[in-house]
Amino acid sequence: MITAGVDVGSLTGKTVILKDNEILAWNIIPTGPDSSETAKEVFDMTLKQAGLTMEDIEYIVSTGYGRVVVPFSNKNITEITCHAKGANWFFPSVRLILDMGGQDCKGIRCDDTGKVTNFAMNDKCAAGAGRSMEIMSGLLDTPLAEMGGLSLDIKNRLAPLSSTCVVFARTEVLGYLHEGTHKNDVLAGACEALADRVYTLLKRVGIEGDFVISGGIAKNIGVVKRIEQKVGLKANICFEPQIVGALGAAVFGRGILEKKTAKKK
Amino acid sequence: MLTAGIDAGSLSTKVVILNQDKIMAYEVLATGIDIGAATKRAMDNVLEKAGISLQDVESIGSTGVGKKKVPYKSVQGTEVVCDTKGALYFYPKSNGVIDIGGENCRAIKFDAEGNIVDFALNDKCASGTGIFLDAMAKALRVKPEEMGELSLQSTEDIEVTSMCSVFAESEVVSMIHRKVPKNNILRGIHKSIASRVVGLANRILLEGNVIIIGGIAKNIGLVTTLNELMNSELTVPEKPEVVGALGAALLARERKE
Repeated sequence: MITAGVDVGSLTGKTVILKDNEILAWNIIPTGPDSSETAKEVFDMTLKQAGLTMEDIEYIVSTGYGRVVVPFSNKNITEITCHAKGANWFFPSVRLILDMGGQDCKGIRCDDTGKVTNFAMNDKCAAGAGRSMEIMSGLLDTPLAEMGGLSLDIKNRLAPLSSTCVVFARTEVLGYLHEGTHKNDVLAGACEALADRVYTLLKRVGIEGDFVISGGIAKNIGVVKRIEQKVGLKANICFEPQIVGALGAAVFGRGILEKKTAKKK
Repeated sequence: MLTAGIDAGSLSTKVVILNQDKIMAYEVLATGIDIGAATKRAMDNVLEKAGISLQDVESIGSTGVGKKKVPYKSVQGTEVVCDTKGALYFYPKSNGVIDIGGENCRAIKFDAEGNIVDFALNDKCASGTGIFLDAMAKALRVKPEEMGELSLQSTEDIEVTSMCSVFAESEVVSMIHRKVPKNNILRGIHKSIASRVVGLANRILLEGNVIIIGGIAKNIGLVTTLNELMNSELTVPEKPEVVGALGAALLARERKE
Protein backbone atom coordinates (compact mmCIF):
# COMPACT_ATOMS: atom_id res chain seq x y z
CA MET A 1 0.00 0.00 0.00
CA ILE A 2 1.55 3.34 -1.08
CA THR A 3 0.32 6.66 0.25
CA ALA A 4 1.73 10.20 0.25
CA GLY A 5 1.55 13.27 2.48
CA VAL A 6 2.08 16.80 1.19
CA ASP A 7 2.68 19.58 3.73
CA VAL A 8 2.56 23.06 2.20
CA GLY A 9 3.93 25.41 4.84
CA SER A 10 4.44 29.16 4.73
CA LEU A 11 8.16 28.81 4.04
CA THR A 12 8.71 25.23 2.86
CA GLY A 13 6.82 22.49 1.03
CA LYS A 14 7.38 18.85 2.04
CA THR A 15 6.34 15.48 0.65
CA VAL A 16 6.71 12.01 2.16
CA ILE A 17 5.89 8.78 0.32
CA LEU A 18 5.02 5.89 2.59
CA LYS A 19 4.95 2.25 1.56
CA ASP A 20 3.11 0.25 4.21
CA ASN A 21 5.06 1.37 7.25
CA GLU A 22 8.28 2.45 5.58
CA ILE A 23 9.35 5.87 4.28
CA LEU A 24 10.24 5.42 0.60
CA ALA A 25 11.26 9.00 -0.17
CA TRP A 26 10.86 12.54 1.10
CA ASN A 27 11.77 16.09 0.05
CA ILE A 28 11.73 19.65 1.35
CA ILE A 29 11.77 22.71 -0.91
CA PRO A 30 11.21 26.43 -0.25
CA THR A 31 7.62 27.59 -0.86
CA GLY A 32 7.47 29.86 -3.90
CA PRO A 33 4.91 32.58 -4.53
CA ASP A 34 2.47 29.95 -5.88
CA SER A 35 1.68 27.29 -3.27
CA SER A 36 0.03 24.91 -5.78
CA GLU A 37 3.15 24.98 -7.94
CA THR A 38 5.33 24.32 -4.90
CA ALA A 39 3.17 21.33 -3.93
CA LYS A 40 3.39 19.91 -7.43
CA GLU A 41 7.12 20.47 -7.66
CA VAL A 42 8.01 18.81 -4.37
CA PHE A 43 5.60 15.95 -5.10
CA ASP A 44 7.07 15.25 -8.54
CA MET A 45 10.60 15.35 -7.14
CA THR A 46 9.71 12.79 -4.50
CA LEU A 47 7.94 10.50 -6.99
CA LYS A 48 11.00 10.52 -9.18
CA GLN A 49 13.25 9.76 -6.26
CA ALA A 50 11.08 6.79 -5.28
CA GLY A 51 10.96 5.64 -8.92
CA LEU A 52 7.15 5.87 -8.93
CA THR A 53 4.48 7.64 -10.98
CA MET A 54 1.35 9.44 -9.83
CA GLU A 55 -0.73 6.32 -10.63
CA ASP A 56 1.24 4.26 -8.10
CA ILE A 57 0.13 6.45 -5.20
CA GLU A 58 -3.11 5.09 -3.83
CA TYR A 59 -4.06 7.97 -1.55
CA ILE A 60 -2.73 11.52 -1.04
CA VAL A 61 -3.42 13.69 2.00
CA SER A 62 -2.44 17.36 2.06
CA THR A 63 -1.78 19.47 5.16
CA GLY A 64 -0.18 22.77 6.16
CA TYR A 65 -1.53 26.23 5.62
CA GLY A 66 -1.63 25.67 1.84
CA ARG A 67 -3.41 22.30 2.14
CA VAL A 68 -6.51 23.45 0.27
CA VAL A 69 -4.58 24.48 -2.84
CA VAL A 70 -3.05 21.05 -3.53
CA PRO A 71 -5.06 20.07 -6.63
CA PHE A 72 -4.05 16.40 -6.67
CA SER A 73 -4.79 15.48 -3.05
CA ASN A 74 -7.67 13.18 -2.06
CA LYS A 75 -8.24 14.84 1.29
CA ASN A 76 -6.87 17.63 3.44
CA ILE A 77 -6.31 17.44 7.18
CA THR A 78 -5.17 20.25 9.52
CA GLU A 79 -1.48 20.38 10.39
CA ILE A 80 -2.03 20.03 14.13
CA THR A 81 -3.74 16.66 13.62
CA CYS A 82 -1.02 15.54 11.18
CA HIS A 83 1.86 16.63 13.39
CA ALA A 84 0.56 14.64 16.31
CA LYS A 85 0.09 11.59 14.07
CA GLY A 86 3.58 11.96 12.58
CA ALA A 87 5.23 12.43 15.97
CA ASN A 88 3.40 9.34 17.23
CA TRP A 89 4.74 7.34 14.25
CA PHE A 90 8.34 8.28 15.05
CA PHE A 91 7.99 8.09 18.84
CA PRO A 92 4.93 6.10 19.97
CA SER A 93 5.39 7.15 23.61
CA VAL A 94 5.13 10.90 22.84
CA ARG A 95 2.48 12.92 24.70
CA LEU A 96 3.76 16.49 24.22
CA ILE A 97 4.82 18.02 20.89
CA LEU A 98 6.32 21.35 20.04
CA ASP A 99 6.14 22.17 16.37
CA MET A 100 7.71 25.41 15.29
CA GLY A 101 7.63 26.47 11.69
CA GLY A 102 8.49 29.71 9.97
CA GLN A 103 5.30 31.58 10.71
CA ASP A 104 3.77 29.81 13.66
CA CYS A 105 4.33 27.69 16.74
CA LYS A 106 2.14 24.98 18.22
CA GLY A 107 2.14 23.14 21.51
CA ILE A 108 0.22 19.88 21.14
CA ARG A 109 -0.79 17.18 23.62
CA CYS A 110 -1.80 13.77 22.29
CA ASP A 111 -2.79 10.31 23.48
CA ASP A 112 -1.13 6.94 22.80
CA THR A 113 -2.66 6.74 19.30
CA GLY A 114 -1.42 10.20 18.29
CA LYS A 115 -4.87 11.75 18.65
CA VAL A 116 -4.80 15.43 19.69
CA THR A 117 -6.16 16.04 23.20
CA ASN A 118 -5.21 19.71 23.58
CA PHE A 119 -3.24 22.37 21.76
CA ALA A 120 -2.17 26.02 21.88
CA MET A 121 -0.93 28.01 18.97
CA ASN A 122 0.75 31.27 18.13
CA ASP A 123 0.33 32.39 14.56
CA LYS A 124 -0.06 36.09 15.32
CA CYS A 125 3.40 37.13 16.34
CA ALA A 126 6.79 36.55 14.72
CA ALA A 127 8.62 36.69 18.06
CA GLY A 128 7.30 33.22 18.90
CA ALA A 129 8.03 31.67 15.52
CA GLY A 130 10.96 30.51 13.43
CA ARG A 131 10.82 33.80 11.60
CA SER A 132 12.51 35.53 14.54
CA MET A 133 15.57 33.34 14.00
CA GLU A 134 15.63 34.16 10.30
CA ILE A 135 15.62 37.86 11.07
CA MET A 136 18.44 37.45 13.59
CA SER A 137 20.34 35.34 11.07
CA GLY A 138 20.25 38.20 8.59
CA LEU A 139 21.02 40.84 11.19
CA LEU A 140 24.01 38.97 12.63
CA ASP A 141 25.16 37.71 9.25
CA THR A 142 25.15 34.10 10.45
CA PRO A 143 23.66 31.17 8.49
CA LEU A 144 20.59 29.68 10.21
CA ALA A 145 22.31 26.32 10.49
CA GLU A 146 25.21 27.76 12.51
CA MET A 147 23.24 29.94 14.93
CA GLY A 148 22.45 27.28 17.53
CA GLY A 149 26.00 25.97 17.83
CA LEU A 150 27.51 29.44 18.12
CA SER A 151 24.95 30.45 20.74
CA LEU A 152 26.32 27.76 23.06
CA ASP A 153 29.85 29.13 22.86
CA ILE A 154 29.51 32.44 24.64
CA LYS A 155 31.83 34.93 26.31
CA ASN A 156 29.33 36.82 28.47
CA ARG A 157 25.80 36.02 29.39
CA LEU A 158 23.43 38.79 28.26
CA ALA A 159 19.85 39.29 29.35
CA PRO A 160 17.50 37.60 26.87
CA LEU A 161 16.39 39.84 24.02
CA SER A 162 12.78 41.03 23.92
CA SER A 163 10.67 37.89 23.65
CA THR A 164 7.50 39.81 22.86
CA CYS A 165 8.43 41.60 19.65
CA VAL A 166 11.02 40.92 16.94
CA VAL A 167 10.97 44.55 15.89
CA PHE A 168 12.08 45.61 19.37
CA ALA A 169 14.58 42.76 19.58
CA ARG A 170 16.09 44.02 16.33
CA THR A 171 16.67 47.44 17.94
CA GLU A 172 18.27 45.74 20.95
CA VAL A 173 20.59 43.74 18.70
CA LEU A 174 21.71 46.84 16.83
CA GLY A 175 22.51 48.44 20.18
CA TYR A 176 24.59 45.44 21.27
CA LEU A 177 26.49 45.31 17.99
CA HIS A 178 27.20 49.01 18.28
CA GLU A 179 28.69 48.44 21.74
CA GLY A 180 30.92 45.74 20.26
CA THR A 181 29.22 42.80 21.99
CA HIS A 182 30.36 39.42 20.67
CA LYS A 183 28.02 37.93 18.06
CA ASN A 184 27.71 34.64 19.95
CA ASP A 185 26.51 36.42 23.08
CA VAL A 186 23.78 38.17 21.10
CA LEU A 187 22.80 34.87 19.44
CA ALA A 188 22.50 33.34 22.89
CA GLY A 189 20.17 36.17 23.91
CA ALA A 190 18.03 35.53 20.81
CA CYS A 191 17.81 31.75 21.43
CA GLU A 192 17.01 32.36 25.09
CA ALA A 193 14.18 34.74 24.17
CA LEU A 194 12.63 32.25 21.77
CA ALA A 195 12.92 29.44 24.33
CA ASP A 196 11.18 31.66 26.90
CA ARG A 197 8.35 32.30 24.54
CA VAL A 198 7.95 28.61 23.67
CA TYR A 199 7.99 27.68 27.34
CA THR A 200 4.94 29.85 28.08
CA LEU A 201 3.09 28.27 25.16
CA LEU A 202 3.91 24.74 26.37
CA LYS A 203 2.83 25.61 29.90
CA ARG A 204 -0.58 26.49 28.50
CA VAL A 205 -1.14 22.94 27.21
CA GLY A 206 0.53 21.26 30.18
CA ILE A 207 4.08 19.93 30.34
CA GLU A 208 3.91 16.17 30.81
CA GLY A 209 5.04 12.93 29.21
CA ASP A 210 7.54 12.21 26.48
CA PHE A 211 8.44 15.27 24.46
CA VAL A 212 9.04 15.73 20.74
CA ILE A 213 10.24 18.83 18.90
CA SER A 214 9.42 19.06 15.20
CA GLY A 215 9.66 21.73 12.52
CA GLY A 216 12.68 23.69 11.42
CA ILE A 217 13.49 24.96 14.91
CA ALA A 218 14.40 21.41 16.02
CA LYS A 219 17.58 21.85 13.95
CA ASN A 220 18.71 24.76 16.12
CA ILE A 221 20.60 23.11 18.98
CA GLY A 222 20.86 26.43 20.84
CA VAL A 223 17.09 26.79 21.07
CA VAL A 224 16.49 23.06 21.68
CA LYS A 225 18.96 22.90 24.61
CA ARG A 226 17.40 25.95 26.24
CA ILE A 227 13.85 24.63 25.81
CA GLU A 228 14.89 21.28 27.32
CA GLN A 229 16.33 23.12 30.30
CA LYS A 230 13.17 25.14 30.88
CA VAL A 231 10.64 22.32 30.48
CA GLY A 232 12.85 19.81 32.27
CA LEU A 233 12.35 17.15 29.59
CA LYS A 234 14.67 15.64 27.02
CA ALA A 235 13.48 16.39 23.48
CA ASN A 236 13.12 13.55 20.97
CA ILE A 237 13.98 14.71 17.49
CA CYS A 238 13.64 12.50 14.42
CA PHE A 239 16.18 12.38 11.58
CA GLU A 240 14.33 15.10 9.64
CA PRO A 241 12.09 17.19 11.94
CA GLN A 242 10.59 19.14 9.04
CA ILE A 243 8.76 16.16 7.53
CA VAL A 244 6.75 15.15 10.60
CA GLY A 245 3.57 16.84 9.35
CA ALA A 246 3.83 15.37 5.84
CA LEU A 247 4.52 11.95 7.31
CA GLY A 248 1.48 12.25 9.58
CA ALA A 249 -0.59 13.08 6.49
CA ALA A 250 0.69 9.96 4.69
CA VAL A 251 -0.10 7.84 7.76
CA PHE A 252 -3.66 9.21 7.74
CA GLY A 253 -3.88 8.32 4.05
CA ARG A 254 -2.91 4.75 4.87
CA GLY A 255 -5.52 4.56 7.61
CA ILE A 256 -8.23 5.77 5.25
CA LEU A 257 -7.24 3.23 2.61
CA GLU A 258 -7.21 0.40 5.13
CA LYS A 259 -10.73 1.27 6.22
CA LYS A 260 -11.91 1.35 2.62
CA THR A 261 -10.38 -2.04 1.86
CA ALA A 262 -11.88 -3.52 5.01
CA LYS A 263 -15.32 -2.28 3.95
CA LYS A 264 -15.01 -3.83 0.49
CA LYS A 265 -14.19 -7.16 2.02
CA MET B 1 11.32 81.66 34.98
CA LEU B 2 13.17 79.69 32.29
CA THR B 3 12.73 75.91 32.35
CA ALA B 4 13.60 73.15 29.92
CA GLY B 5 11.84 69.87 29.18
CA ILE B 6 13.51 66.85 27.61
CA ASP B 7 11.63 63.92 26.09
CA ALA B 8 14.18 61.23 25.28
CA GLY B 9 12.14 58.88 23.11
CA SER B 10 13.18 55.64 21.45
CA LEU B 11 13.23 57.14 17.96
CA SER B 12 13.38 60.90 18.50
CA THR B 13 14.59 63.28 21.19
CA LYS B 14 12.66 66.46 21.90
CA VAL B 15 13.71 69.50 23.96
CA VAL B 16 11.53 72.51 24.77
CA ILE B 17 12.49 75.78 26.48
CA LEU B 18 9.68 77.40 28.40
CA ASN B 19 9.69 81.05 29.48
CA GLN B 20 6.94 81.33 32.08
CA ASP B 21 4.00 80.07 30.04
CA LYS B 22 5.47 80.59 26.60
CA ILE B 23 7.40 78.16 24.42
CA MET B 24 10.63 80.02 23.52
CA ALA B 25 12.16 77.35 21.33
CA TYR B 26 12.01 73.64 20.63
CA GLU B 27 14.07 71.02 18.85
CA VAL B 28 13.31 67.51 17.56
CA LEU B 29 16.01 65.16 16.31
CA ALA B 30 16.61 61.45 15.77
CA THR B 31 17.79 59.67 18.92
CA GLY B 32 20.08 57.20 17.19
CA ILE B 33 22.03 54.82 19.38
CA ASP B 34 23.47 57.20 21.98
CA ILE B 35 20.64 58.81 23.96
CA GLY B 36 23.01 61.01 25.99
CA ALA B 37 24.68 62.45 22.91
CA ALA B 38 21.36 63.06 21.17
CA THR B 39 20.00 64.90 24.19
CA LYS B 40 23.07 67.07 24.45
CA ARG B 41 22.88 67.98 20.77
CA ALA B 42 19.18 68.80 21.01
CA MET B 43 19.79 70.91 24.12
CA ASP B 44 22.67 72.85 22.49
CA ASN B 45 20.53 73.56 19.43
CA VAL B 46 17.51 74.70 21.40
CA LEU B 47 19.61 76.97 23.65
CA GLU B 48 21.08 78.58 20.58
CA LYS B 49 17.63 79.07 19.02
CA ALA B 50 16.40 80.69 22.25
CA GLY B 51 19.58 82.77 22.49
CA ILE B 52 20.31 81.71 26.07
CA SER B 53 22.88 79.56 27.84
CA LEU B 54 22.42 76.50 30.03
CA GLN B 55 23.07 78.59 33.17
CA ASP B 56 19.94 80.64 32.41
CA VAL B 57 17.76 77.54 32.70
CA GLU B 58 16.59 77.30 36.29
CA SER B 59 15.22 73.79 36.19
CA ILE B 60 15.11 70.87 33.77
CA GLY B 61 12.48 68.17 33.54
CA SER B 62 12.94 64.90 31.70
CA THR B 63 10.70 62.12 30.44
CA GLY B 64 10.65 59.35 27.83
CA VAL B 65 12.28 55.90 27.79
CA GLY B 66 15.75 57.47 27.95
CA LYS B 67 15.06 59.84 30.85
CA LYS B 68 17.57 58.08 33.10
CA LYS B 69 20.35 58.54 30.55
CA VAL B 70 19.89 62.31 30.18
CA PRO B 71 23.25 64.00 30.96
CA TYR B 72 21.69 66.84 33.00
CA LYS B 73 20.44 67.12 36.56
CA SER B 74 16.72 66.90 36.01
CA VAL B 75 13.34 66.25 37.59
CA GLN B 76 12.14 62.96 36.11
CA GLY B 77 8.49 62.48 35.25
CA THR B 78 6.70 59.50 33.77
CA GLU B 79 5.44 59.83 30.21
CA VAL B 80 1.85 59.55 31.46
CA VAL B 81 2.24 62.53 33.81
CA CYS B 82 4.12 64.68 31.29
CA ASP B 83 1.71 63.90 28.42
CA THR B 84 -1.19 64.94 30.64
CA LYS B 85 0.45 68.21 31.70
CA GLY B 86 1.41 69.02 28.13
CA ALA B 87 -2.08 68.28 26.79
CA LEU B 88 -3.76 70.45 29.40
CA TYR B 89 -1.36 73.29 28.57
CA PHE B 90 -2.56 73.29 24.95
CA TYR B 91 -6.20 72.40 25.66
CA PRO B 92 -7.37 73.06 29.21
CA LYS B 93 -10.73 71.48 28.37
CA SER B 94 -9.28 68.14 27.23
CA ASN B 95 -9.84 64.99 29.24
CA GLY B 96 -7.69 62.46 27.45
CA VAL B 97 -4.57 61.85 25.38
CA ILE B 98 -3.53 59.32 22.80
CA ASP B 99 0.25 59.32 22.41
CA ILE B 100 1.66 57.25 19.56
CA GLY B 101 5.41 57.08 19.97
CA GLY B 102 8.15 55.34 18.06
CA GLU B 103 8.04 52.10 20.02
CA ASN B 104 4.95 52.40 22.16
CA CYS B 105 1.43 53.71 22.31
CA ARG B 106 -0.47 55.15 25.26
CA ALA B 107 -4.02 56.17 26.01
CA ILE B 108 -4.55 58.35 29.11
CA LYS B 109 -7.75 59.57 30.73
CA PHE B 110 -7.70 62.48 33.20
CA ASP B 111 -10.13 64.83 34.95
CA ALA B 112 -10.41 68.62 34.77
CA GLU B 113 -7.79 69.08 37.54
CA GLY B 114 -5.31 66.99 35.63
CA ASN B 115 -5.62 63.97 37.93
CA ILE B 116 -4.96 60.78 35.99
CA VAL B 117 -8.02 58.52 36.10
CA ASP B 118 -6.74 55.59 34.05
CA PHE B 119 -4.26 54.72 31.32
CA ALA B 120 -3.36 51.84 29.02
CA LEU B 121 -0.02 51.16 27.40
CA ASN B 122 1.38 48.99 24.66
CA ASP B 123 5.14 48.75 24.84
CA LYS B 124 5.40 45.03 24.15
CA CYS B 125 4.59 44.88 20.47
CA ALA B 126 5.53 47.13 17.57
CA SER B 127 2.13 46.95 15.89
CA GLY B 128 0.20 50.13 16.56
CA THR B 129 3.37 52.19 16.98
CA GLY B 130 5.47 54.50 14.86
CA ILE B 131 8.13 51.93 14.01
CA PHE B 132 5.44 49.81 12.30
CA LEU B 133 4.58 52.71 10.03
CA ASP B 134 8.28 53.35 9.32
CA ALA B 135 8.78 49.72 8.29
CA MET B 136 5.77 49.90 5.98
CA ALA B 137 7.02 53.13 4.43
CA LYS B 138 10.27 51.34 3.60
CA ALA B 139 8.49 48.30 2.15
CA LEU B 140 6.35 50.54 -0.05
CA ARG B 141 9.18 52.95 -0.86
CA VAL B 142 7.25 56.06 0.15
CA LYS B 143 8.38 58.85 2.47
CA PRO B 144 6.87 58.50 5.95
CA GLU B 145 5.52 62.05 5.81
CA GLU B 146 3.67 61.33 2.55
CA MET B 147 1.95 58.14 3.72
CA GLY B 148 -1.09 59.75 5.31
CA GLU B 149 -1.99 61.92 2.35
CA LEU B 150 -1.60 59.00 -0.10
CA SER B 151 -3.74 56.71 2.03
CA LEU B 152 -6.63 59.17 1.71
CA GLN B 153 -6.54 58.71 -2.05
CA SER B 154 -7.37 55.01 -1.82
CA THR B 155 -9.97 53.64 -4.20
CA GLU B 156 -10.80 50.38 -2.46
CA ASP B 157 -10.97 49.18 1.14
CA ILE B 158 -8.55 46.35 1.81
CA GLU B 159 -7.50 44.69 5.04
CA VAL B 160 -3.99 44.07 6.26
CA THR B 161 -4.86 41.06 8.38
CA SER B 162 -1.52 40.36 10.10
CA MET B 163 -1.28 41.74 13.60
CA CYS B 164 2.51 41.40 13.75
CA SER B 165 4.67 44.03 12.01
CA VAL B 166 6.98 41.35 10.68
CA PHE B 167 4.14 39.33 9.16
CA ALA B 168 2.41 42.49 7.93
CA GLU B 169 5.58 43.38 6.05
CA SER B 170 5.40 40.05 4.15
CA GLU B 171 1.71 40.58 3.56
CA VAL B 172 2.37 44.03 2.12
CA VAL B 173 5.17 42.71 -0.09
CA SER B 174 2.83 40.07 -1.50
CA MET B 175 0.23 42.79 -2.15
CA ILE B 176 2.84 44.79 -4.04
CA HIS B 177 3.55 41.69 -6.14
CA ARG B 178 -0.15 41.29 -6.83
CA LYS B 179 -0.11 44.90 -8.05
CA VAL B 180 -2.55 46.18 -5.43
CA PRO B 181 -2.43 49.99 -5.75
CA LYS B 182 -0.08 51.60 -3.23
CA ASN B 183 -2.72 53.98 -1.91
CA ASN B 184 -5.06 51.11 -1.08
CA ILE B 185 -2.32 49.25 0.77
CA LEU B 186 -1.51 52.41 2.71
CA ARG B 187 -5.14 52.81 3.69
CA GLY B 188 -5.15 49.19 4.92
CA ILE B 189 -1.99 49.83 6.94
CA HIS B 190 -3.45 52.90 8.58
CA LYS B 191 -6.62 51.04 9.44
CA SER B 192 -4.56 48.28 11.02
CA ILE B 193 -2.68 50.70 13.30
CA ALA B 194 -5.82 52.65 14.10
CA SER B 195 -7.65 49.52 15.22
CA ARG B 196 -4.82 48.70 17.64
CA VAL B 197 -4.85 52.23 19.03
CA VAL B 198 -8.64 52.29 19.40
CA GLY B 199 -8.45 48.93 21.18
CA LEU B 200 -6.13 50.54 23.72
CA ALA B 201 -8.38 53.61 24.09
CA ASN B 202 -11.47 51.43 24.56
CA ARG B 203 -9.80 49.55 27.37
CA ILE B 204 -9.95 52.70 29.49
CA LEU B 205 -13.27 53.88 27.98
CA LEU B 206 -11.66 56.98 26.60
CA GLU B 207 -14.01 59.53 25.03
CA GLY B 208 -14.74 63.24 25.08
CA ASN B 209 -12.09 65.86 24.31
CA VAL B 210 -9.17 63.73 23.32
CA ILE B 211 -5.85 65.09 22.08
CA ILE B 212 -3.61 63.03 19.84
CA ILE B 213 0.12 63.61 20.24
CA GLY B 214 3.45 62.21 19.13
CA GLY B 215 5.02 62.72 15.71
CA ILE B 216 2.45 60.41 14.14
CA ALA B 217 -0.32 62.90 14.90
CA LYS B 218 0.96 64.79 11.86
CA ASN B 219 -0.15 61.86 9.71
CA ILE B 220 -3.51 62.98 8.37
CA GLY B 221 -4.34 59.47 7.15
CA LEU B 222 -4.05 57.99 10.62
CA VAL B 223 -5.95 60.81 12.33
CA THR B 224 -8.77 60.51 9.79
CA THR B 225 -8.97 56.74 10.28
CA LEU B 226 -8.90 57.10 14.07
CA ASN B 227 -11.72 59.63 13.90
CA GLU B 228 -13.79 57.15 11.91
CA LEU B 229 -13.28 54.44 14.50
CA MET B 230 -13.49 56.43 17.74
CA ASN B 231 -16.43 57.83 19.62
CA SER B 232 -14.79 61.21 19.92
CA GLU B 233 -13.32 63.77 17.58
CA LEU B 234 -9.56 63.91 18.05
CA THR B 235 -7.75 67.23 18.28
CA VAL B 236 -4.24 67.58 16.92
CA PRO B 237 -2.20 70.28 18.69
CA GLU B 238 0.07 72.59 16.75
CA LYS B 239 3.30 70.81 17.76
CA PRO B 240 2.14 67.28 18.57
CA GLU B 241 5.65 65.84 18.86
CA VAL B 242 6.80 68.15 21.68
CA VAL B 243 3.83 67.83 24.04
CA GLY B 244 5.64 65.34 26.28
CA ALA B 245 8.76 67.51 26.48
CA LEU B 246 6.59 70.51 27.24
CA GLY B 247 4.93 68.54 30.04
CA ALA B 248 8.41 67.79 31.46
CA ALA B 249 9.24 71.52 31.40
CA LEU B 250 5.96 72.30 33.18
CA LEU B 251 6.76 69.63 35.78
CA ALA B 252 10.19 71.17 36.36
CA ARG B 253 8.59 74.59 36.84
CA GLU B 254 6.03 73.25 39.32
CA ARG B 255 8.75 71.61 41.40
CA LYS B 256 10.80 74.80 41.40
CA GLU B 257 7.84 76.91 42.51
